[in-house]
Amino acid sequence: MPAPLQGISPNESGQNQTFRSVTCPFCGLHCDDLVIRNDAGRLTIAANGCPRAAAGFERVVAADASPQIAGRDATLADAIARAAELIGKAKLPLYGGLGTDVEGMRAMMALADRSGGVVDHVLSNAQYRNVGVLQTRGWIMSTLTETRNRADLIVVVGSDLSIHHPRFYERIASPAEAMFGEAEAKRTIVLLGKGTPAGDVKGDRIGEVLDLGCAPSDIPGVLAAVRAALHGAPSTGPVGGIAADTIAHLAERCRNAHYSVFVWAPQALTFDGADLAVHMIADIVRDLNKTTRSAGLSLGGNDGIASAASVCSWQSGYPLRVSFASGAPEFDPYRFEVRRMLAEGEGDLLVWVASFGPDPSPPPETKLPTIVLGAPGIRLARAPEVFIPLGTPGLDHGGRLVRCDNVVSLPLRKLRSTGLATLPDVAGAITAAL
Amino acid sequence: MLTKLKGGRVYDPANGVDGVIRDIYVRDGRIVTADATAKVDAEIDVTGRIVMAGAIDPHTHIGGGKMTIARTMLPEDHRGHERHRSDILRSGTGFAVPSTLAAGYRYAEMGYTACFEPAMLPANARQAHMEMGDTPMVDKGAFAMLGSDDFLLRQMAARDDFEAIKDYIAWTMHAAQAIAVKVVNPGGISAFKFNQRMLDLDESHVHYGVTPRQILRTLSKGLKELGVTHPLHVHGCNLGVPGNLGTTLKTIEAMDGLPVHLTHIQFHSYGTEGDNKFSSGAAQVAELFNKHKNVSMDVGQILFGQTCTASGDSMRQYGNTKSANPKKWVCMDIECDAGCGVVPMKYRDKSFVNALQWAIGLEIFLLADDPWRVFLTTDHPNGAPFTTYPHLIRLLMDKGFRRDMLQKIHPDAQKASIVGTLDREYTLYEIAIMTRAGPARSLGLKDRGHLGPGANADITVYKDNADREAMFTTPEYVFKNGEIIVRDGRITKVVQGATHVARPDYDPAIEKRLRDYFARYHTVSFDNFKVGDDEIIQHDKGSIIVQPTGARV
Ligand code: SF4
Ligand SMILES: [Zn+2]
Repeated sequence: MPAPLQGISPNESGQNQTFRSVTCPFCGLHCDDLVIRNDAGRLTIAANGCPRAAAGFERVVAADASPQIAGRDATLADAIARAAELIGKAKLPLYGGLGTDVEGMRAMMALADRSGGVVDHVLSNAQYRNVGVLQTRGWIMSTLTETRNRADLIVVVGSDLSIHHPRFYERIASPAEAMFGEAEAKRTIVLLGKGTPAGDVKGDRIGEVLDLGCAPSDIPGVLAAVRAALHGAPSTGPVGGIAADTIAHLAERCRNAHYSVFVWAPQALTFDGADLAVHMIADIVRDLNKTTRSAGLSLGGNDGIASAASVCSWQSGYPLRVSFASGAPEFDPYRFEVRRMLAEGEGDLLVWVASFGPDPSPPPETKLPTIVLGAPGIRLARAPEVFIPLGTPGLDHGGRLVRCDNVVSLPLRKLRSTGLATLPDVAGAITAAL
Repeated sequence: MLTKLKGGRVYDPANGVDGVIRDIYVRDGRIVTADATAKVDAEIDVTGRIVMAGAIDPHTHIGGGKMTIARTMLPEDHRGHERHRSDILRSGTGFAVPSTLAAGYRYAEMGYTACFEPAMLPANARQAHMEMGDTPMVDKGAFAMLGSDDFLLRQMAARDDFEAIKDYIAWTMHAAQAIAVKVVNPGGISAFKFNQRMLDLDESHVHYGVTPRQILRTLSKGLKELGVTHPLHVHGCNLGVPGNLGTTLKTIEAMDGLPVHLTHIQFHSYGTEGDNKFSSGAAQVAELFNKHKNVSMDVGQILFGQTCTASGDSMRQYGNTKSANPKKWVCMDIECDAGCGVVPMKYRDKSFVNALQWAIGLEIFLLADDPWRVFLTTDHPNGAPFTTYPHLIRLLMDKGFRRDMLQKIHPDAQKASIVGTLDREYTLYEIAIMTRAGPARSLGLKDRGHLGPGANADITVYKDNADREAMFTTPEYVFKNGEIIVRDGRITKVVQGATHVARPDYDPAIEKRLRDYFARYHTVSFDNFKVGDDEIIQHDKGSIIVQPTGARV
């Protein structure tokens, strides 16, 4: 019986190898069909992937980056000791960024719990466009594989997926094969609001593309009109520049679809009232399910936020924005937003985690003493009190990531040997030193 | 090091020991035979105390995506139910859906040393194990859900070779790191994706043309022939629907002697008599159960108060959303694999329906004649949080208390139930069967759930107390692997339990087909779908115990 063991690690030298079925950590889809070559320590994508993945995997990393204390090179042990000293003295450390995987987040939760800090993720504003909906009404949702095989109508709401989740159309909307429907069944894609440029929506399985452009701020209104049309309410004229007939037609298409899926990337919904749009999607889906099937599909999960929120929720009960200051988890989505706390002078130490690369999530500017645990080359406005360069999960070390649908999680592998520290090791050592 | 627990009154049904005063010896984490000549390194006087093996919960939703959906959706469940960190413990929250660490601590404080998550979707198995990995103190294990997954339904629709179906079942158990297999609303979760709203035992799935009866028999026979100890764990058709009694009786007969475990049977024992068109079917279910020795069950008792239901049964949970309290809920269609539905629920003793559900559960407990085939559960958190177990034990052991409680419920429900006429009181021996020996035997945990030589030294010591609720709430000692982990209801040492799995043989030829299937349809590759041993051992800092399976036939 072959034991189903996971992963192959780099050979002794960690060089000149090809890895298959590699999970990509660089957006919430976490595609796991990548083929990655390691040539003398340089990673290149040999098959599958996308520009976003290429930017992540093929970036040259300063494998020998040194930890620093106040801008001067230091040993890892000294940097850890200094970090522990700062955290030990802090009354309210703020743990922000949290761009890491499940194992890294576990280590950060243990540290935050122990030190009485606050945890929040760099993308939690996006996440909170959804959380309010989940915590007030709930919803009906789908997952990537279910949508890939079943959807006959996909409504993309206000999100340029080619930026945030580049392979959505290739892998989910237009797979080579799908389990249900006729062999050549075509899907209808509706682009609602200024999201993906229609020209980017391509694929053999994609039939009609309905491009219903409107200003982002009109999206909630247009969705409300679609919902009213589903209820048979008489039209009150165009909404957001979209004709009443078009809205009625869209409602009709939804009602006649066997399995419509409403897709949005919370990160892309940056307009005021974006949570209203999510509310409206949840309401439309709920209404449609009275007679047919329909579901939502939120494409978040970038920068490890699905992992951070899931781990935080299962360990503390709450999806981020949790304070451990009282000795027990306390949740307040307003009070414990780290960005707001920094802006308003709360907290006395910032600990910033960003392990997926230098670009996505540099620490916000702050006067607070700062510890940065991040990828080498991370953009810093000034030298922090402590900087510890970290490897990237899924490139420099193994781990797991929760996918955007919050159902599937994927294993990550070590693809190269850089000697960069891992967050579980660093955060674990800091916790132990407290 | 040899430890002696001196003078306790021992209830060890697996070894036929019924309240006998005897010493128990522990060496290197195991129970060993008494040896008068051996030097005792530590002696713990438990004279007058009641000694049992550590308790085992064979059906409790402690880990996996739907629990984290419930946790996230219900901050109001956690506020006011905080656990503060201490020098050795992490903080946590939660009443009906506790955070993982808090759940592990609370279970241990109640004398439990093993918990089994019964509804692990293979597509969500990795997360289920991560959450169980963050549930300290207890051993754990999980049942892989099959029966609405498209691979099996395609096999059945295509009348695939039965050996290949067995291979697939076995492969799934390996891939998901499972100890058993559960089916939930057989075929129904998939049917709901095709907009079917109901699927009775002999109704056909609209796309695949297979019936729940065929799925149940296929999986049960498959597991039996694979040598898996735990029988097919069945959450039947029509959960919670008045009149589902008929389906449940037919399901028992449909198995025709094949081994089966009917879970949360209370939710499947409803008639349609009376003014409210809702009545107890407990007597009929218990009568048939008593005759069919191939059937075991757990009750899924409801107890009054706020909780949250969480199930893989998206079809029936969608139907139950009308009763959501508070008014919010989540349903999901998942990965061509399964689904889920999370619906908060508040059971009220002044509601006729809830009160009768309470009575139906108790009737089943009191009418079922073989405690070896009945396990004590609330289907945490579906009927009530697991923290209500001591209260439930008192209801079963103390008929005066039971009658007092009966007086408080909706008067029509009192009249509609025979609970008041049932004098049976469970004995400590029977409670030990239902919470230790029975689940261990059913799950195939050879060295758990008993106190004979060779058993793992998971031991719970209670102060005898006529108030059984108080007694079972706060054990005096809990030992895990021979070490004291709880003293007077307080955790003194944190341990990480093991993960129990079963690994029946399969023909690797099935992997080729699965690799192709995953490549064509899935968004996860065949290689990455499987949860590796190293994930549980390194990332979760756990360990794996492979329980034996019988020879494949
Ligand atoms: S779509 Fe996202 S996960 Fe897939 S390869 Fe591109 S960046 Fe990676
Ligand atoms: Zn259950």
